[in-house]
Formats: sequence, C-alpha cells, structure tokens
Amino acid sequence: MFKIIKQLTSVVAMFAVLFAFSTETMAAKKSKTLENTKKRGFVRCGVSQGLPGFSNADESGNWTGIDVDVCRAVAAATLGDATKVKFTPLSAKERFTALTSGEIDILSRNTTWTLSRDADIGLTFVGVNFYDGQGFMVRKGSGISSTGEFKNGTSVCTNLGTTTELNMRDFFDSKGISYEPVVFEKADEVVAAYDAGRCDTYTTDKSGLAAQRTKLSAPDDHVVLPETISKEPLGPVVRQGDSVWEDIVRWSLNTMIEAEEYGVNSSNADMMKTSNNPAIKRLVGAEGELGAAFGLDNDWNLRIIKQVGNYGESYKRNIADTGILPDRGPNELWTKGGILYVPPAR
Amino acid sequence: MNNIIKRYIPQILVILFVVLIFGFLTLNAQTNMDNRGIDFGFGFLSQESSFDVQFSLIEYSGSDSYARAFLVGLLNTLLVSFISIIICTILGVIIGVARLSSNYLIKNSAAWYVEFFRNIPLLLQIFFWYYAALRALPMPEKADAWFGVTYMTVKGYYIPSMVWENLNVFLYCGLAAIIAIIVLRNYANKLRDTQGKQIPVLLYSVGLLIVLPLLSFLFGGVSLEFEIPELKKLSKISYIYEGGISLPPELIALVLALSLYTSTFVAECVRAGIEGVSKGQKEAAASVGLTPNQVLKLVIMPQALRIIIPPTTNQYLNLTKNSSLAAAIAYPDLVLVFAGTALMQTGKAIEIVSITMLTYLTISLTIAAIMNWYNKKIEIKEK
Repeated sequence: MFKIIKQLTSVVAMFAVLFAFSTETMAAKKSKTLENTKKRGFVRCGVSQGLPGFSNADESGNWTGIDVDVCRAVAAATLGDATKVKFTPLSAKERFTALTSGEIDILSRNTTWTLSRDADIGLTFVGVNFYDGQGFMVRKGSGISSTGEFKNGTSVCTNLGTTTELNMRDFFDSKGISYEPVVFEKADEVVAAYDAGRCDTYTTDKSGLAAQRTKLSAPDDHVVLPETISKEPLGPVVRQGDSVWEDIVRWSLNTMIEAEEYGVNSSNADMMKTSNNPAIKRLVGAEGELGAAFGLDNDWNLRIIKQVGNYGESYKRNIADTGILPDRGPNELWTKGGILYVPPAR
Repeated sequence: MNNIIKRYIPQILVILFVVLIFGFLTLNAQTNMDNRGIDFGFGFLSQESSFDVQFSLIEYSGSDSYARAFLVGLLNTLLVSFISIIICTILGVIIGVARLSSNYLIKNSAAWYVEFFRNIPLLLQIFFWYYAALRALPMPEKADAWFGVTYMTVKGYYIPSMVWENLNVFLYCGLAAIIAIIVLRNYANKLRDTQGKQIPVLLYSVGLLIVLPLLSFLFGGVSLEFEIPELKKLSKISYIYEGGISLPPELIALVLALSLYTSTFVAECVRAGIEGVSKGQKEAAASVGLTPNQVLKLVIMPQALRIIIPPTTNQYLNLTKNSSLAAAIAYPDLVLVFAGTALMQTGKAIEIVSITMLTYLTISLTIAAIMNWYNKKIEIKEK
C-alpha cells in the first residue's frame, strides 16, 4: 500500500507542475523562495529514505547526516534556527520532480552533479559536499578481490534512477562482460535482495556501500572492492530560476567548509569575532556586510557555525564517528591533501 | 427550435468547458516549464538509452534508443499480464466450480482460499512471494533438478531452451491444423443442424493438432533439440546456470502473486455465473434426455458464460494495471524501465508519464474490446 502511495505522490508531483502558480518570476535581490520560507517558518528539504551518515532518521524522527546539515545550515542562516527544517524522504525516482514542482526547496540527497541534470531538467547544483565514486561490494567468501575478476553472467543489484545504472553499463560494456542488472526502487529492497543471495554483487556510491553494509545480516562477510569506476560529486540542488536562493544555499555550504579551513568551529565561533584575521572576522559576521547580498542579516554565517558546526565537525559527527568512512580521503581540505576547496567569502 | 436549443446548449457548454480546462492546463504547464528551463518534446525517444535491462523479450542493449527501451518494458508488462491472465482463469474456474461442490472438504477449502487471498493487499503478497521465496530457494549449486533438467534457484528458474530447425514449416503445420479444426467445426455444426448427427469434434480436433505438426517432423525436415542449463562457476562461492532459458525470480513472484490474487475474483464470477442459471433449465434439459455432460456443455455453460464474462473482463483489466506493482520487486516492466529509469535519465516527466498512461489505457481498451467481442458472440441470438 505504502508503495502505491509513493508512486501516486510522484504522479501527483508531476501534476503539481501543471497547477503550480506561474508567478515565480524574479525581481533582483528578492527571493520568492526565501520570502515563502520565512513566511512558512521552516525550510523544506528533500533527503534520502535512510542512508546512514548522509541523511538518516532515528526512532524519534530526528534526522542526522552531512546532507541534513546542509539544510540545517540554510535554516540557521535564513530563519535563525537550525532545527526549523521539514525533511521529506524521497526515492531516487521522485527527487527531481519533487524539487521542480515546488514540493521542496532544497534537494540534499546524495545526488550526483552531472551535465544533463544541471542543464536539462530545470535544476541547479550549488556545490559539492561529498566527493564519491561508484564501487562494488561482494561476499568475502567469493574470493573476488578486484573488479577484473567478474565473469559473464554476474548479477548486479542496484538502485533505480541513479547514475549508477549508467556507470555500471559503461563499466561492463567496456570490459566486454555480460551482466544481469537487478534494479530496485528503494535502497532497503536492494540490500534485502543482495543479502538473500539474489545478486553476486551490489553496486552504488562507495560511501553508500559502506553505509548499507551496516544493514546486512552479517556485515563482516562482505567487502567493498578497491576500484572506483566513476566520479560522483554529490551535492545539494535547487530549482532553476531563483538565483538568490541558489546563492544562499551555495554560500551556506561554503561557509561550513571555509570555517573548517580557518579553524572556526561551533565552540570557538563567538571568540573568533575578535580575531586579528579579517577573513575569520568576515566569516563570523564581525566585519563586512556579506549577508546583505542575499537579503540576510550579518550574523547568518555565525549562526551556521554555532548551530551546525563546520564541515569537519559535521563529517566527524556523521561519517567518521559512526564508523562509515573514518578516512576522509578526497573529502579532506585542500590544505591537508584533499580536494575540498571553496571560493573565498568576501 | 426551442427543443433543439434545449438539447444542444448544455452539450456545447460541457464541450467548451472541457476544452478550456485542457487549454488552461497546457498553457500553465508550458509557462511553468519555460520558467524553469525545461524543454518539452519527444525527441529523446530516438536518443541512446545507455542503460541495460535485466530481462527482455527482444534484443536490447544500452546502445539502443529510449523508444526501444519503452518497447522492452511494454513487452514485459504484456508478458506478465498474459501469463497471469491464463493462470488466474484456469485457477479461477477450478476454484469457482469447487465452491459449488457438494463435497464438504472441497467446498470449504475453496471458500477459505478465496477469503484468504482476496483479503490480503496485493503488494504484500508480491513482497511475500518475492522475499519469502528468495530466502527459501537454494543457491544454484545446491539446487536439485526438477524433471531432471530444470533448476529452481534463488537466481531464477532455469529451463532447457529449444533449438529448432525449419521452425517455419512446423508453424505452418500448426496453422493448417487450426484452420482444419475451424472447417471441421463448421461442418459438424451444419451436420447437427440439418441431419441431427453428432460427431466427436473434440477428439478429431486434438488428433489434428497432434498429427499434423508430428508429420512435419517426419517429412518437413523439422528437428528440435534441447539446450540444457549447465552449472558454471563465477567465483569461489557463486554459481550460475548457462544455456537454456532463465526465468527471473521477479517474474515468477509477480505471476504467482497476480494470478493467485485475481483468481479469487474470477472464482467468484464463475460461481455467480453458474448459480445465476435457474435450476429449471437444468431439470428441463435432463428431462429431454441430455446426459449430465451435455447439460453442462449445451445448457448451463452457454448461459452462465453470459453472466461470467463482463465482471471477469474487469478482473483482467485490474490484473493488467496491477502488474505495474512490478517496480517494487525489480521486474523490468513498463513502469520500472520507462516511467522509472528512462524518466530519471531524461527528466522528461510530463512526456514519459503521459506516454505511459496512454499505453496502459490502450492495453486496457484492447482487452475490453476483445472481451466485448466475445461477449457479443455468446449473447442470446433471437432467431
């Protein structure tokens, strides 16, 4: 029954495009989305249906994860309270329709930034909050230690409506291996089918594999293969057509990353107001008028850092401490050997 | 004059209203899509799909177009509906007749069957058959052979495939047999009407259907060989069968769920149909000397069918539409392949959802048309 409702919502969402009010033309420096958000009193955020470390709800319905933190940062910046977010769990299939039809205002759901998504379907990607790549998980007992050992007839479980389906085809085609794709709509169904032995391997983004492995009946019997077969820059997405809102989301994310770069975190942010470094002072709202550019007050970035923390804190809290991916790999700051590099806030 | 105005004004108003609503919807969709930079168009259908599908009746790979992916999905939907309709009809008729049995045990088990399967939501049944069966079925290397050559495993049901030579000759012979049967039936009917003679048509028909194709083996150069699935090692612990045909567990689970569920409704239609024929008909037929077999075949069934067909058509339509629940268990039907993956990769939500809706509408209307034709055919013809 639940499934039918899910499918219905995607159809309804499609019709919502038809009925949506057509007055969303933008005046300069005035964001309709921001106005509506303030009027409503909460940020509408689309997240996954449960991916530990990225967006996951506990028993009492509290959402945590680095994708969730992006929405919380936007709520802190625009509404002054990081808890004022309404999360809508979406399947991969529903996510873009939900955003373009105006059901949500930010899609922060481990979504890969690609040309066709950015240019074709009325979306704008604002940045990258996790650099990922597609990998494979197999049973330890299979003795397979690299993707080169896959044979003709391998059955592969994965998710519907993802770049994974395309990468998988590119990968197996280029290797000349025939394979059987078994494609499910929900991640939990993929895990259940792989666990039952329906598939020889499970493929999705490596972070996803690490997270989903914890849901298997015997996680230690499975191993993620070392190869990465694709680039998957994951990041938040907004609707095309509201450039101010787009900037707010982009710079909320950038603020978190830059805060880590300058060593500003949730506990020392207030003290940093008296720092000697003008870059740090700008970051905590003690210098310049950065918020005015979006129609926000001057403490918007300070609130993000105080209420949500910097990127490093968010990563540690959600991904490292939960044992999903303790090693930050490419998601380390550029100053520390990673590729996290954001334009300066000035 | 007054009458004409009274008759037509409301109709014209209704039509105008409908046209206006559609016009408004189209215009609104257009402006909104323009604002958000979404193009409308069906050009994507000829683009390369670049995704693979698990199970397909026709040749398909990622380098084919989206239009072909649509066809793959459509054929898979038709396949699962077709198999399920046949199974649910056979099961439904048996259960329906069983419910009227005078045997206490048969009657009650049929009733329990109906009450049980009809009152559990279909989606749950699909999940049950899929995940329960998946967990219960053996891995390929541990599977026992059924009938010596078929293997039921967690990765699918592997059956031998047929390798034909001169298949067309065989098919022509089959066709010839069918034509011969039709001619024979017409002749038999004429004989019965004019001279009152009966010939065992069924026996002759079965004979024709067996003998003619058999002759093609002897004289037509037709030969048939079976390719038997063989176990192949993929890695230390994983195996697969190669050769033969593999029916994916998703298909089997879906057919099971759909046909068991719908057969309960068909059974009720059959029971209603038979009970709807008045007792007097049966007694009258018996009193003119017809055997019990003839009573059922010539008197009861022709009248019962008239009651059975229309509601059963509804059940067939429901089954076809319900087959879209396939997406839940990874069976690559129209909804999963086209309204799922293709929609995601192209972002053409409005185009793809409308094509999909139109397709289901067409399938349903076709089934309805066939059933209506059959219903017309067996209607009482006043002479």
